[in-house]
Amino acid sequence: MKVKELLFAPIFSNNPIALQILGICSALAVTSSLKVTVVMCIALTTVTAFSNLFVSLVRNHAPGNIRIIIQMTIIASLVIVVDQVLKAFAYEISKQLSVFVGLIITNCIVMGRAEAFAMKNPPLPSFLDGVGNGFGYSAILLGLAFIRELFGTGSLYGYQILPLATEGGWYVPNGMLLLPPSAFFLIGLFIWGIRAWKKDQVEEVDYKMAPNTKPLPKEA
Amino acid sequence: MEAYLSLFIRSIFIDNMALAFFLGMCTFLAISKKIGAAFGLGIAVVVVQTITVPVNNLLYTYVLADGALAWAGLPNVDLSFLGLITYIGVIAALVQILEMVLDKYVPALYNALGVFLPLITVNCAILGGSLFMVERDYNFAESVVFGAGSGVGWALAITALAGIREKMKYSDVPDGLRGLGITFITVGLMSLGFMSFGGIDL
Repeated sequence: MKVKELLFAPIFSNNPIALQILGICSALAVTSSLKVTVVMCIALTTVTAFSNLFVSLVRNHAPGNIRIIIQMTIIASLVIVVDQVLKAFAYEISKQLSVFVGLIITNCIVMGRAEAFAMKNPPLPSFLDGVGNGFGYSAILLGLAFIRELFGTGSLYGYQILPLATEGGWYVPNGMLLLPPSAFFLIGLFIWGIRAWKKDQVEEVDYKMAPNTKPLPKEA
Repeated sequence: MEAYLSLFIRSIFIDNMALAFFLGMCTFLAISKKIGAAFGLGIAVVVVQTITVPVNNLLYTYVLADGALAWAGLPNVDLSFLGLITYIGVIAALVQILEMVLDKYVPALYNALGVFLPLITVNCAILGGSLFMVERDYNFAESVVFGAGSGVGWALAITALAGIREKMKYSDVPDGLRGLGITFITVGLMSLGFMSFGGIDL
C-alpha cells in the first residue's frame, strides 16, 4: 500500500461521506460555522487515526467475538480525552459542539474504519488510513461550512467578508442556509458534483421503466 | 401532567432526532428502502430508547454527577468525565440483554427485528438521547417521556422516508443524483416540512 494512496484516496474516490455513507450525523449538524467545523474535523481526524492505530496494535490479541467491545472501549476512551482537552482549552467551542463531540463514539467512520481496515492491517498503514479518512470527512465538512457561513451570515471564520445590508452594505444574508434542511440539500448537490466527475460512483438503477408498449387491442 | 405531554409532543415533532438534530443518519439513510424494514427498525429504536435514557438518567444522578456519590459517603467525587464510556456501555449491554430476553420470551418480535437490534448499539440517536438528557438536566420522569418521544419521532421520520423512497424508485432521476444524492434532497425537504412545527409554542 502506498502512503499517498492511503492518505488521498478517501478524499475524492472513496469519500467516507459521499460514497461509504459513514459519519453523516455530525457532518450536517456542526457545519453552520467554520470555526466550530474546523475543531470538529481536527477532533474526528485525531480519534479516527489513533483508534485505528490502537485497534491495529491489539488486532492479533483480541478474540473475534468480543472485538466490538474492545473497539468501543478504545474509541470511547479516546473521545473522552478529546472531550476533556476541548473543555479545558476551547470551552466556548465545546459548548457549541454540545453533544456532537460525544457522538464521535458512534460516528460510523471511526467504527467502520476500525472494523474494515485496522483489524486486517499493520499499525502504520492503519494510522495513515485513519488520517486519510479524517481528511475525506474534513473536505466535505469544510466545503459545507464555507458555503453555509459565507452565504448564510456573510462572514468567514467570524470575520465579515460580505458587508451586510442591515449594516449599510449590499449583501442580504440567506438565513435559510443556517437552518438544518440546507445541509441536506448541499450534501446532495456535493454528491451530484463528485459523481458527475467520477462516473464510476453512479449507483445502479434498481427499477427500470419498460419500453413503451403498444396499447392492448380493443375488445370488440 | 401537561408539562410531560408537551415534552412528548415537542420531542416527536419539533426537536425531531432525525430531521432537526441529524442523529442516527447512517442507519436512517441505509435502512429506508423498504417500509417494512424501516418500521421494524423504528419500533426497535423506540423500545431501546425508552429503556436506555431513564437507566442512564439514574446512573448519572446517583453515580456520575458531581457529588452524586454522597449516599456512599463520597460527597467530593465527580465522575462525570466517565459519562461517555458509561452510556455506551449501558446501551451495548441493554441491547444485548434485550436481544436475549426477546429471543427467549417473544420469539415472534425477535424474528421481526432480526438484524436491526445489534445495529442499534451504534445508532447515534440512542447515544444522543442520553447525552441530551444530561445536557438538559431532565429528571427521571422527564427522561422516560423524552426517551419514548424521541424514539417515536425517529421511527416516524424513517417510516415516512421509506414511504417516499418506495414511490421514488419509479422516477427518472439524473445519473449522478441517483440513490444517495436524491435521498439527501428528499430528507432536506422532509426536514423543511418538519420545521413548520417549530412555530408551535408548547
